[in-house]
Amino acid sequence: MTAPDSAATTVKDGAHADFFVELEGVTLTYGRDERQVNALGMTNLRLKQGDFVALVGPSGCGKSTILKLVTGLLTASTGYVYVAGREVGAEPVRVGMAFQNPTMLPWLTVRDNVMLPLKIVPPFRENYRAKRKTEFRDRADALLKEVGLDQFGDKHPWQLSGGMLQRASLCRSLVHEPQLLMLDEPFGALDQFTREELWAIMQELWMKMRPTVLLVTHDLKEAGYLANRICVMRARPGQIIDDAEVPFARPRTIEMSYTPSFVSMTQRLRELIVTARPAKEAA
Amino acid sequence: MDPQLRRRFASTAFIIGFFLLWEALCWLFNVSDIVLPKPSQIIVTLVERMPALWPHTIQTLYTTLIGFALGIVIGVALGVIVGSSRLAYDVAYPLLIGFATIPKVAVVPIFVLWFGAGAVPAVLTAMIMSIFPIVVNVATGLATTEPELEDVMRALHASKLDILWNVGLPRTMPYFFASLKVAVTLAFVGTVISETVASNRGIGNVMMIASSNFDVPLVFAGLLILAVMGVALYAVFSFLEGRITGWAHRKDDFAMG
Repeated sequence: MTAPDSAATTVKDGAHADFFVELEGVTLTYGRDERQVNALGMTNLRLKQGDFVALVGPSGCGKSTILKLVTGLLTASTGYVYVAGREVGAEPVRVGMAFQNPTMLPWLTVRDNVMLPLKIVPPFRENYRAKRKTEFRDRADALLKEVGLDQFGDKHPWQLSGGMLQRASLCRSLVHEPQLLMLDEPFGALDQFTREELWAIMQELWMKMRPTVLLVTHDLKEAGYLANRICVMRARPGQIIDDAEVPFARPRTIEMSYTPSFVSMTQRLRELIVTARPAKEAA
Repeated sequence: MDPQLRRRFASTAFIIGFFLLWEALCWLFNVSDIVLPKPSQIIVTLVERMPALWPHTIQTLYTTLIGFALGIVIGVALGVIVGSSRLAYDVAYPLLIGFATIPKVAVVPIFVLWFGAGAVPAVLTAMIMSIFPIVVNVATGLATTEPELEDVMRALHASKLDILWNVGLPRTMPYFFASLKVAVTLAFVGTVISETVASNRGIGNVMMIASSNFDVPLVFAGLLILAVMGVALYAVFSFLEGRITGWAHRKDDFAMG
């Protein structure tokens, strides 16, 4: 294999293949002329295959914008977004997504909600009719069992609590074995105990399936518990100002989050976020 | 007694009481048949004249159902078009409201002019009567679909058609069935109007002739037939609504197959 020419083209090959997701000099601006909003300043970000990266920062710093760029829901104003070595959208990459709101479809049972991606995403959709009562059903049930919802597959979403819905939402984001998992504050609306329980489940699922994960969160403890790397962002314009490895061994536990080294790590991140805040807000 | 049974008992008693009161008032004030026949008399007329009324009943039911079916097909198609794009919604809605407010009786002569007297204008009148509630409700249901639900699909790179089929239409079902209950009764109104004006068959026509002969009990018998058919169809769609869109009412006994 020959090394690529130094004149970078949009076609990627071996040189960058060890990064599954790559943002290169990406910016995003909304609107035009004097009403232009700079949502994302010059951003570079690289994720190895199977990595788990958390984005933390104040609201409005463009965390969710990065998720949307990587999934192709938004297009960068300048720069390039590569996924699996190709420009985003060029090749279908299986993406799973979970939001703060569990967004279950109320007319489907929990199991059918979990199976929704199999109905939409190739190559599963071609076989959906044939396997919906057999293989796919078993796959959904296995995931529901994993998160402790094995009794609830036939229930409807309104019959479940918020924490249970969020578990089901995680199942839905993983059922089609995504290469890329986008988590947009999925535990944000839950109480502390449910949240900690779901961190453990999330970690377990990630260690088993090893998708490449990008997690957006406000919770530094959550970021420290789950991620391999934490990127700190600041707002206006959104920018990554710090990118740190999380050195703790897996599987991590809640007890670990009370150790001095963990606490000093979250404190350092907290100070970074506070000091990076625009002056008028810090006052 | 459990509350549901009690409610049923109360509403049945109320209906029976209404007719008993009617009967009693007619006796009490000695009301003439030509003004207001007694319920008992209406029933007797209905039974005696049934052989003659039956073909007309079938004609009216048949006409209404064809018109209603056409109304559903066209109404849903228009509703999907109007509801799935902001532009279509903004452009088409005022025109739609304009058409909806035209008194439909006024268009019957036009249909008669185009297609002659008989079943065709009746079917068309039933159709246009039932189209509007369906279009408006389907369009509203689609246009108000929560963006979060669509985001789920867009994150999976679903096509517009996938989103419409898996999110838009199911989410619109409660609106659709609510409109069907209204539309089916309107379809009867349309059929009867048209039969009254321009047909020699159907309950509308029977009532027209009966009233010009001062055969008031027969007029009321016709009304009773229409009421029974209307209520029966309403009940059918109400039942379907409960089966298909129970999720919207969060019924615990709701199960979709």
